[in-house]
Amino acid sequence: MEKAIKKWFPLFALPTLVAFVIAFLVPFIMGLYLSLCKFKTVKKTEFVGIDNYIKAFSQDNDFLNALWFTTKFTIVSVVTINLIAFIFAMLLTKAIKGTNVFRTIFFMPNLIGGIVLGYIWSMIINGVLYYFGATITTDANYGFWGLVILMNWQQVGYMMIIYISGIQNISPDLIEAAEIDGANAWERLIHVTLPQIMPSITICLFLTLTNSFKLFDQNYALTSGAPGNKTQMLALDIYNTFYGRVGYQGVGQAKAVVFFVIVAAIALTQLYLTRSKEVEN
Amino acid sequence: MSKFKKVLAGALAGVMAVGALAGCSDSGNKTSTSPSTTTSTSDETKTDTAKGFYDDVDTKDVKSIYFLNFKPESADKYKAIADKYKEETGIEVRIETAASGEYEKKLTSEMAKTDPPTIFQINGPVGYQNWKEYCADVSGSKLYDLVADKSLAVKDGDGVYGIPYVVEGYGIIYNNAIMTKYFATEGAKAASMDEINSFAKLKEVVEDMTAKKEELGIDGVFGSTSLKTGDDWRWQTHLMDLPLYYEFGADGNAIVNCFDAKELEFKYAENYQNIFDLYTNNSVTEKNLLGGKTVSDSMAEFADEKCAMIQNGSWAWGDIEKGGKVKAEDVKYLPIYTGAEGEEKQGLCIGTENYFAINSEVDEATQKASMDFLVWLFTSDYGKKAVVDDLGFVTPFTSFGENEKPSNPLAVELLAWSDKAASGDVKSVDWAFLGIPSEKWKSDFGAALLEYVQGQKDWTKVVDDAKTSWATERAAS
Repeated sequence: MEKAIKKWFPLFALPTLVAFVIAFLVPFIMGLYLSLCKFKTVKKTEFVGIDNYIKAFSQDNDFLNALWFTTKFTIVSVVTINLIAFIFAMLLTKAIKGTNVFRTIFFMPNLIGGIVLGYIWSMIINGVLYYFGATITTDANYGFWGLVILMNWQQVGYMMIIYISGIQNISPDLIEAAEIDGANAWERLIHVTLPQIMPSITICLFLTLTNSFKLFDQNYALTSGAPGNKTQMLALDIYNTFYGRVGYQGVGQAKAVVFFVIVAAIALTQLYLTRSKEVEN
Repeated sequence: MSKFKKVLAGALAGVMAVGALAGCSDSGNKTSTSPSTTTSTSDETKTDTAKGFYDDVDTKDVKSIYFLNFKPESADKYKAIADKYKEETGIEVRIETAASGEYEKKLTSEMAKTDPPTIFQINGPVGYQNWKEYCADVSGSKLYDLVADKSLAVKDGDGVYGIPYVVEGYGIIYNNAIMTKYFATEGAKAASMDEINSFAKLKEVVEDMTAKKEELGIDGVFGSTSLKTGDDWRWQTHLMDLPLYYEFGADGNAIVNCFDAKELEFKYAENYQNIFDLYTNNSVTEKNLLGGKTVSDSMAEFADEKCAMIQNGSWAWGDIEKGGKVKAEDVKYLPIYTGAEGEEKQGLCIGTENYFAINSEVDEATQKASMDFLVWLFTSDYGKKAVVDDLGFVTPFTSFGENEKPSNPLAVELLAWSDKAASGDVKSVDWAFLGIPSEKWKSDFGAALLEYVQGQKDWTKVVDDAKTSWATERAAS
């Protein structure tokens, strides 16, 4: 058996490997190279070295502003999404009637595409703000909180499902033992439930963190960066740099590489930190 | 295994495609004496041009050409034209259309493919700068020969790289029925539209109309100044044309001067503010809500007779017609007055930002076949009829006779205004905005206008930012 696996391993791994090389590795390396070039289409390139990286940071403050806005947004939305999702998960694992219906309903927004959600929410938010003589683009803060609400609405259901599966996996014996030892509800939550669902927390944090940081569709459809690029997140800034200026494709590409490094660094650090807190079942 | 097969098949297909492409470029170099397969009905009237456009290249091996269309509203109509062309010549014309505002993006990705567009569109000198390496020199082509006013074409040195194919115009579109109703009111500031020939008069009339808006049955004089991101081009590009024209157009070369300008003085900033304030102060929508309005919203307001005036151009007829309330004979144009000196003689803003370019990267036979299609479109009887009736273009080509002009009211009005300009009664405003350094400049200016309307930015700051941004964007490109 062992031998057979060894023998056939290359053949079975080949399709995935080829797909990985064609769809991931090659574009990635091309992307790295292009960030060092001045180009219009990927076929005609002119090597310019790190010039693009210098421009990305020195030309205007858009990139740094977007980075700051994205960071703020990520912190707020990661906290709110996970907190709300966890509370829902706790409620819906209690013996309440119709939990399955609620789970389905909470999960549904996640099935709608980001662009559509963005337009729907821009209508809802504008409809409400209309009574106060304002729109979502009146103030950058409106855009910020609009995005947070939108992301919560979309992501809470999904994270909730992951938390629910985690909570359901906790052995009732543990809870019972804790109860017999005299732990109250709060202590049971902190010392039994949370350590037991650490794998779920790792996944949820990872997903919300990277989703928030890489957010594009919702940002594009909800505010498009208005007013005055103040609600522009990193992905949107890269997109606008790439397409909005003559001869700036390379700079957009350089920004994208920086963006990749940041996302990778954050995700890896977070994975390392939460993994180390996980306990064996 | 099926996945493996798929990948393998994909890889093989890719290799074949590369092979096929290599094959194509070879065939381009072959010269043959057999006659061209083009069925252009006006071949016999071919004029002798010095250079020609691959006149001796044989196109019989060309199976298909690819046209990347810029106008979403014409997508279906182009498909019908392509079908007809295939029927006549056997050459397939592949038509792809980019969504509104997505043309540059679509073109960028399509150009990188192994089967790139053979006919594409550039939007003037800035677009040419962007696509320089892909534009074939079409100075010897029949189509360029047909252009009545050669100064409209995009040129670089001796070469011609973009051929204009539609003339458009914009101004303030007004609903004559509502205006007539206003002129009949007590104490009206003017007796007819003829009296409105300056900003001062326009302002007087508009403000009086606002005071009487209930009597006139409108919500505001002007349709919403749509400032939602992506819907602000009427202000950051079109309205901006007037200050640019007055700043750069003194010697009659507004577009070239604007394109060459390292810096923007924004001498006519005050004029821009005049008209922009007039729009927003007398609008259907209150200022703070303009950030959520789209062009479609404001066109619907006009079509619904909720406002009397709206700034837009000849392409907007479809939207007005859809509303169904405004009668065709009531739709008229007024030039955009800003309070500049001598504006009594100012006409509409007439020009084009639609230029055909032929992809120089494809082989010669395909380039020629692409040009043949365009010549057919603008010279054959079927093609001309389709251009006039279906596409509704006012073209700059001499192949169109007097009775071959579109009949929608905005096109008719546009032709009337350009006749007035031709006879020297008024002076049309050139599309100097073609020389704006980049899309980024436009979107930043649009964003600044929104902040200005919302009271978050001073006008002086808007002007200063526009100037700084102009200098950096120009230096960057």
